[in-house]
Amino acid sequence: MDVDLEAVEAAAKELYIRALKILPDDIKRGFAELVGRETRATAKTVLGTMIRNIEVAEATDNLLCQDTGLPIYTVTIGRNVLVDGVDLAAAIRRGCERATREHPLRSSVVHPLTRENAHTSTGPRIPDIRFEYSDRPEELTIGMIPKGSGSENNSWLRMAIPAEGVDAIKRFVIDCVLEAGGRTCPPTIVGVGVGGTADLCVHLAKLAATRALGTHCADPEGATLERELTKAVNTLGVGPQGLGGDATAFAVHVELAATHITMNPVAVNMQCHSARRATATFTPQGVTYGF
Amino acid sequence: MAHYELTLPVDDDHVRRLRVNDTVTLQRTLYGIRDATLIHIFDRGRTSRFDLRGHAVIHTAPNVRRVEKSAAHPAGYAPLCVGTTTSARMERFTRPLMAQYGVRLIVGKGGMGQDTLEAFRDLGGAYLAIVGGAAALETTWIEAIEDVDLDDLNPESLWKFRIRDFGPLLVAMDSHGGSVYRQVQDDAAARRERALADLGVRR
Repeated sequence: MDVDLEAVEAAAKELYIRALKILPDDIKRGFAELVGRETRATAKTVLGTMIRNIEVAEATDNLLCQDTGLPIYTVTIGRNVLVDGVDLAAAIRRGCERATREHPLRSSVVHPLTRENAHTSTGPRIPDIRFEYSDRPEELTIGMIPKGSGSENNSWLRMAIPAEGVDAIKRFVIDCVLEAGGRTCPPTIVGVGVGGTADLCVHLAKLAATRALGTHCADPEGATLERELTKAVNTLGVGPQGLGGDATAFAVHVELAATHITMNPVAVNMQCHSARRATATFTPQGVTYGF
Repeated sequence: MAHYELTLPVDDDHVRRLRVNDTVTLQRTLYGIRDATLIHIFDRGRTSRFDLRGHAVIHTAPNVRRVEKSAAHPAGYAPLCVGTTTSARMERFTRPLMAQYGVRLIVGKGGMGQDTLEAFRDLGGAYLAIVGGAAALETTWIEAIEDVDLDDLNPESLWKFRIRDFGPLLVAMDSHGGSVYRQVQDDAAARRERALADLGVRR
């Protein structure tokens, strides 16, 4: 399958805008569930305002949140997909710039030392583009996550040691949720990376945070940890916006990797309640959009 | 728990009357301010031509579109999506903003810390919590961008918004030492112990 780079550029632009405007259905269902369970009046009001915001964003074709985030694209490539990776990355970068200029979107991207804003949502190594490989030979999928600063600024890594065991992981997750309070715009999806190297562990936490609600860790031990932590986090009383309540997280998601015999790394990364993500899948039949 | 309609600027009496868990709807004028705005004003010696005495600031950097100046768009900008960012990053600027510029109300999300709470007590101020991320809704409360200062910092300029029925907002920190965030944190300490015990974590 040949991939048309102009179509990739158009999709990269469209994905950025769609991710900022359209809330995935699993999150809408998550809201309904949390409202049903919430026992505190202020928290119910806050959740109601969030749901009203989703309705207004749809009715006015506006962004859910003003934070256009750091643009992150994931590219998953099947065996029979013919494409030059350098050209593909350049096309994605152009699409990201075009969304920013043509929509227009606020550029939230600055040089890390000079703090200069090129007003393109791009800069050195940004957009962050991650390549992975698919077992579906005739498919190319581009995912887009505009990661807002409220949730990304609250990211943590702890290189625990084997003697601390799973307890270290549990305690760390609880303490990160408490430390984040309302800053991450709860209810959140709490992404937890377990194992791997330091950088892989943090990456896994982000993958976990941006996984659809209702999906589970492929590893049965990881899935059990998800269930336990989801329940525990929602007893802490942080609540929506950190103003108190039951609805602190939609879920805790865990992704894990094998690690070194001397290591026990754990990372936390959160997804805010606007849970922005979008995908475009290219097949020989054309492009389809999803979450 | 009372509800107040406040037309800005406000006087000291109105601010001191506000108590945690009251609600407030703001009218007329609101100033948008953010990391770079504050860094440039307080660390780099820039000044603003705006008179902020008795006013409210909101922690925001909006999505805007440049347009021809007109009655509807006096500053040459149309607001596209205006939402609120995490206030905690602005902690060290609240007291100088109140002492030097006379700001009395902070609109933000996620809450602020002890320094801010003490500045509210000393100078008369309150923190009004908005629902972070609910920017599409918030944008419908903004009629126009009336003016802009420190324009070169766009989108982190000092924005003057004309607002109507902005809220209701929750008084989450007041001038009497009240803070919903501190209440939640204090409550969470006991809950943390229970959660860890339920998870079977050894002490």
